[in-house]
Amino acid sequence: MEFLKDLFEFMKERKKWWLAPVILVLLLLGVLIVIGGGSAVAPFIYTLF
Amino acid sequence: MKILGISAFYHDSAAALVVDGNILAAAQEERFTRKKHDATFPSHAIAYCLQYGGYSLNELDAIVFYDKPLLKFERILESYYAFAPKGLRSFLLSMPVWIKEKLFLKRILRVELGKLGYDSKSDIKVLFPEHHLSHAASAFYPSPFAKAAVLTVDGVGEWATASICLGEGEGLTVLKELHYPHSLGLLYSAFTYFLGFKVNSGEYKLMGLAPYGQPDSEEVKRFEEIILTELIDLKPDGSLWLNQKYFDYATGLKMVNEARWEGLFGFKLRRPEDPLERQHCNLGLAIQQVTEEAVIRMSKEAQRLSGAENLCLAGGVALNCVSNGKLQKTGIFNQIFIQPAAGDAGGALGAALAAEHIYFSQPRKIKPGRDSMQGAYLGPCFSDLEVKLMSKKYKAVFQYFSHLPELTASVAQLLARGQVIGWVQGRMEFGPRALGCRSILGDPRNTEMQKKLNLKIKYRESFRPFAPSVLAEDVGLFFEYEGDSPYMLLVHPFKENRRMALPANYTDLDLREKLYYQRSDLPSITHVDFSARIQTVHQETNPRYYELLQAFKELTGYGVLVNTSFNVRGEPIVCSPEDAYRCFMRTEMDYLVIGDFLFDKRDQPQWKEKDHWQQEFVLD
Repeated sequence: MEFLKDLFEFMKERKKWWLAPVILVLLLLGVLIVIGGGSAVAPFIYTLF
Repeated sequence: MKILGISAFYHDSAAALVVDGNILAAAQEERFTRKKHDATFPSHAIAYCLQYGGYSLNELDAIVFYDKPLLKFERILESYYAFAPKGLRSFLLSMPVWIKEKLFLKRILRVELGKLGYDSKSDIKVLFPEHHLSHAASAFYPSPFAKAAVLTVDGVGEWATASICLGEGEGLTVLKELHYPHSLGLLYSAFTYFLGFKVNSGEYKLMGLAPYGQPDSEEVKRFEEIILTELIDLKPDGSLWLNQKYFDYATGLKMVNEARWEGLFGFKLRRPEDPLERQHCNLGLAIQQVTEEAVIRMSKEAQRLSGAENLCLAGGVALNCVSNGKLQKTGIFNQIFIQPAAGDAGGALGAALAAEHIYFSQPRKIKPGRDSMQGAYLGPCFSDLEVKLMSKKYKAVFQYFSHLPELTASVAQLLARGQVIGWVQGRMEFGPRALGCRSILGDPRNTEMQKKLNLKIKYRESFRPFAPSVLAEDVGLFFEYEGDSPYMLLVHPFKENRRMALPANYTDLDLREKLYYQRSDLPSITHVDFSARIQTVHQETNPRYYELLQAFKELTGYGVLVNTSFNVRGEPIVCSPEDAYRCFMRTEMDYLVIGDFLFDKRDQPQWKEKDHWQQEFVLD
């Protein structure tokens, strides 16, 4: 819940409501990853991600 | 106010503790875990900071993380959106990390801090300043300036890749920013990658390679022109536009589009252990010169926007000491202060200081003429008892000196005889440089010292230069520079009268041939272009090291030593007496000094540990 509150405040502050559906879909995917126990190893060589 | 700063999860995790505006302790996690550039949550570094300060986590007023994860996520999503459908593979690979971990940073912080005794129901503030604000705060607040321009330049934070701020009193105001994907730090890293060095750790090797290039040669000029016309558009204010056609970092898993770069520069991407040829050196010199020009233009813009007389620098690019030296020479600013932990580790300190002065509006305590970094000696120190216990464990044989002058006189004599000494004393340095508390020392007059240190002690590439530590008051005797450089972040040339004559075709010689020529009366610290990365040693901040330099001066007439970090290639700098003894026994170092204890290699029992550093540490 705290995350959703932070996210709401962030989008309000940045006026980036279009991010909401993208993040929600990603979070749903995230649930699948967590259930599937998939790896979350950082793939890249620099701090971009 | 008691504030803990944390940087983590990208590279160089670290923690810093600030109490009532004073920097009590700061350390990088890699020193404890022995994994170079360790990015994991800095539990050990936090535990050390709290122990040093005598506080528990629940006594703190705030815990501050050095960047804003949601803002970073916004940048990542918008970047993928902008480049789509390109970058799908990279997107699919990176998203799980975010969805599973990084988006829920607050929860992760709480869990990790909980393991250290943090009560999540306490009313301690948890704050997230922006990445570049953390860098800017790390440079401005410890500086001796009441007002200054602050320039931060690195790879990327959230959106910003460089920023210009005005620091005045307790305030830090952002005046201008450069945004991703256009980045001077990423440009330099792209060349680091193309020239066969590791991104994020090999940039300083590229900086050391550049002087082997042929200045004013046709090839260097051609490379510079290609960079400035094809790869980037460098604007008068120092901002730059990177032509994404040639770069891969925004959508792929590499820094550059290799085929296009090979077509542009006319040679293949160098693999890590391939020989270094002339074109590599010349390309290194070209990008170094472009970087210097960009930093100078950014600084002029910072001066114009802020109207300040002094400058503070931070961010990974501020570790480019050649560019720092050139910037200082321009005279754009009266004085320059560079945060010694200019990379992401320093973000932990900056985050804590930003909370202290911006969020809690606490007044600064400025000491005119002296920064508040305390020589960067902010890490752990070890007692005589701990050294004795380590000695007992390894049956190490030592000689104990109860009087410092006797120890320094003995060590000075050993150094003058060409011996290589591991020198561990006092609090460990914060930041990437060893400044005389976790150092390997040698005689700079010795013509064989550079080769010996590179090949037999550090096991690293023979082209890499070594830096001098010099008594602060003697700096002008050796170098074209009269000021302070306590953090080894400025490169300046040797005095003309100390240089030796070189053959007319010297600049045309290849890398190995250049190394054969003696370039000054201090050959092992004179780089091929007669420059040196200077550390001035001050009695107030490091009295024991200062005394050793004095003893060496009394014996030889030179208050200068070769100072390189106490580690082998790929290893973090040693922290504890045990780390130091293991490194000592696994290399061809001759003597080890830990505090008042002197270990002679010949007296030590045979090293029975089966481990070998090449298996333990990944080469950088």
